[in-house]
Order: sequence, then structure tokens, then C-alpha cells
Amino acid sequence: MRLGELAHARTGDKGDTSQICVFVHHQADYPRLLRLLTAPRVSAQLCGLSVERVEIYPLPGLGAVNLVLHGALSGGVTRSLALDAHGKTLGMQLLDMEIGEDDNA
Amino acid sequence: MGRASIRIGAGAGFSGDRIDPAVELITRGELDFLCFECLAERTIALAQLARAQDPDGGYDPLLKARMRACLPEAVARGVRIVTNMGAANPLAAMRAALAEARDLGLHGLRMAAVLGDDVLQAVTGQDLPLIDRPGRLGDIAPQVVSANAYLGAFPIARALDQGAQVVFTGRVCDPALFLGPMIHAFGWAVDDWTRLGRGTAVGHLLECAGQLTGGYFADPGVKDVADLARLGFPLAVVEADGHATLTKVAGTGGCLTVATAKEQLMYEILDPAAYRQADVVADFTGITLTQTGPDQVRVTGADGRARPAEVKVSVGYRDGFIGEGQISYAGQSAVARGELAIAIIRERLALLQAPVDELRCDLIGVNAANVTAHRPAPAEVRVRIAGRAASAQAARIIPAEVDALYLNGPAGGGGVTTSLREVVAVASVLLPQGAVVPTILHEVA
Repeated sequence: MRLGELAHARTGDKGDTSQICVFVHHQADYPRLLRLLTAPRVSAQLCGLSVERVEIYPLPGLGAVNLVLHGALSGGVTRSLALDAHGKTLGMQLLDMEIGEDDNA
Repeated sequence: MGRASIRIGAGAGFSGDRIDPAVELITRGELDFLCFECLAERTIALAQLARAQDPDGGYDPLLKARMRACLPEAVARGVRIVTNMGAANPLAAMRAALAEARDLGLHGLRMAAVLGDDVLQAVTGQDLPLIDRPGRLGDIAPQVVSANAYLGAFPIARALDQGAQVVFTGRVCDPALFLGPMIHAFGWAVDDWTRLGRGTAVGHLLECAGQLTGGYFADPGVKDVADLARLGFPLAVVEADGHATLTKVAGTGGCLTVATAKEQLMYEILDPAAYRQADVVADFTGITLTQTGPDQVRVTGADGRARPAEVKVSVGYRDGFIGEGQISYAGQSAVARGELAIAIIRERLALLQAPVDELRCDLIGVNAANVTAHRPAPAEVRVRIAGRAASAQAARIIPAEVDALYLNGPAGGGGVTTSLREVVAVASVLLPQGAVVPTILHEVA
């Protein structure tokens, strides 16, 4: 199954930093979301980005995990050569992450 | 002023936003205030370039259209307007709006311009460190075209206190557009960190307008949103303690749920415990969102701490030129022909010894926006070549070479488009609070 079956996301940008906040549809899935969204797994799913550092902010009250991807945007929207210079499409790509039954433990 | 609550609407979330939802909010939202957020980070640098060409220019290109559409009903219903459509020239923006108001017969309408965000003089010659990446202001000094400090909400509140019905600003923190009316209405103190934090949360929720009410949310079959073509923009009923209820005009498109509000609450937030603004460091970690009715969400529990000692300044600087070209290939071997086209371009640029500083070659449909390992075989691809160069002449080589792929490249290429643009990039520095002094100018239609 895909992460998108558990969660939804919105993506923003600040300079060269991409920010993806991921929210569970059902609060019962929150512990699982926290286990899934580790820096290595996020980097592996978005493997075409050269991220310098991933910060993770859990927000249990909102059923959310905020991911901050430093250095992800080739200099940011004002100078990047990328088609999606804001990185607006990244969150939906993260939701395509395959999650196995073992993640359900 | 002893108000129990005020109603603040969001009339625009970006410069090019729809105008009709703002008019709908004015006529049916029973508003006290309507705020238009129209100034992205880089927009002000581009506006400074426009002002350099025309001393009466440099404000939002849709200002006159928005004023013409909104002012008559706003004046009739006593809805006061706050906007950063002043961009690089709030004074000229106010005067253009005053001319529109006179043209509409709205004589006596009072407007104000908040000035003082333009700190180009103050930073010129200072070799301040850049805060968002390595380097110093001195490194980019010859290319700098603008420097604008992020002002807070108190100058906006003061302009409203002094009777302005329409307030134009340049660069201010986006939530401050909404916080200003709250401070004006409720008399919040400059060090009332909790209420300033709560008001900032409400302002942040509103600042992208339709992104709170179902815009940027729809995912068919997963998160369906009805009637996005008639998306209603949000309003907040804000109470004197800073708690608020978010809603929208009944019968408009979109939806306002805990889920849409959560997504917008966290939009472009890095550390949710420390959302740094000119007036306060807001803390969103204790926020509770509760559905209290159809399209109605209550926001409580935001907090705040003392404002930062320094003010963020956006510095715009010329950063060369980007030349771009695109061409499509379709059919079974589309990907192979697209890859061949890219290889040809790379070899041509080497043969020509083109002074291109950075090159990016993508196949749209395969790996342009897609950064995952997933690589499906599409029925068509679009080659996209983008290159950065110091001069327009050098950057123009990119679109010219893509254009030449028609007759000199792989079979079946079509639909070439090309572009060439100057890059105005943005860097950030910090100035002490005391170095930035807002002033307010009032005029009457």
C-alpha cells in the first residue's frame, strides 16, 4: 500500500528549503505515520533531490509530521532552473511511498 | 475600542488571484475588514525594477482592477481594506487608488500608505552576512536592486486608528495584514505576546485566501472538493482574546474543514513552535482546530513569545539570465528520441563553447517534476533544456539550439517553445529593529 492511503500532505517552500507537512486521515494511524517518516525513508522516496538535512517536527495534536528539507530546491524559486522551482509537487510524490505490512507493527 | 469580535476576510492570496470571490465577501460576508495579500518574496524586487523605469509605477498590476471592483460596495458597507498591493511603491499605489475612487464618485474616502520598508539606503555599504546561505551582502552588492524589510502589524493598526478606510503597504509580514485590524479593534499591547501569537495564527490561516477553503486541496476520490470554479474565500470572526472561528459565505464553492485548515495552518511553516514574525514569535504547537458547523472551524490555543530583536530584509539582486527551450516527442520511442535530443544539445553547447554556467536537461513526463525512482514509459515526452548565463546573449544560445532541433534533431519533434528571462534572485539579511522606521501618509479622495 501507499502512504497516501493513510495520509494527506501540503508542500510549501522557503528559499532553498522545502517543507512538507503530512497529516493522517485517521488519528489511529498517527503512531504509524511517525514510524514511517524517518529522514532516510523520506530521502529515499525523493531520491532525485539533493537534500542537505531533513528536520522532523511531530505535531500529535494535528495528527501531523512536518518535514523540513534543507537545501532541496536548487537555490530556491528565485534562481532554480527546475520546472517546479517551488517544489510544489513533492508532497504528492512523497505520498506514493510504498509502505509494507511490516510498517503496521 | 471595546469590540467583542470583528469579521476579517481574505480577498486575495496572491497577485494574480481571482477578483470575484473578494466582491462576494464584501457583499455577503458582513465584513469589517478585507485584506488582500498580493506580494510574493521576489515580486517586490521585480516591482522595484518597474519603479526604476517609471517613478509612478512599481505597485501591483491588478490594483486598479481590484479597487474598481471592490471599492463601491466596500465603501457602501463600511468594509475597510488593507493590502500589500503597494509593493515597491505604496504611495503611488494609494494615489492610483484615490484616482479610481474619485472616478467612481467616492469623494472623501480616506486612504493611507505605510512607508519605511524600503531599506536599500540603510543596507548599502553594509557587509551583512546572508542568513539563508553562505556568503555576505558584499558578494552581491554590485547586482543589488532592492532591499525591503518585513514590517509588522502596528503601523497598519495605527493607520486604521487614524481613520484610513484603505491602507496600502509594501513589504510587511503576510499575517500582519490581518493582525493590524485586530490590534486596531482590540487595542492589543505591543508586548501581549499570547494575543499577538493567536492573531498571527489567524492571519497565517487567511493569508492564502482560497487555500483555506478547499483550494490546493482536491485529490479526486481521496479528498474531493465541490465547485472549485466558484471557490469562496475565507473569513474569520476574531474575538478580543484572539481566538477565532473560520468560515466562508454560504453557497459558495469549496469547503472549510479541519483537514483544509490543518493543511493551511502548516503551509510554509518550518519550526511550528517558532514562527518568526516582525511582531512576535508565534507558537502553533498548542493549536486546536474544531469543526463547529458546516464550513466552520474554530481555532484556539496558539501562543507567542517576544518578537525577534532583528528584522528580516529581502534583498533582490540581478543574477544573470535563464534561457529555456522545450520540444515534444510522441510515439513508442518518445523517451529514446528525447534522450537523443538532450545528448545533441549537450554536444552542441560544448562545440560552441557556450558560456553557460549551469544547465538542466529534463524529460517532462519522466523526470522534470518527478524526483522518485518511479519511471513509467509515457506516450509522449517534452524535452526541457534550461541554462543560466551571465549575459542575455549567452543565455539565448539555449532557446536557439532547441529551436534548431526541428531540422537537425531526432525524428518527429514538435511544438517548440522558447523563453529568455533575466533572473532577479532574493537573499536575506537582518537589520536591528531600530534601523527600520515605518511612517504613515494619509490622503483623501
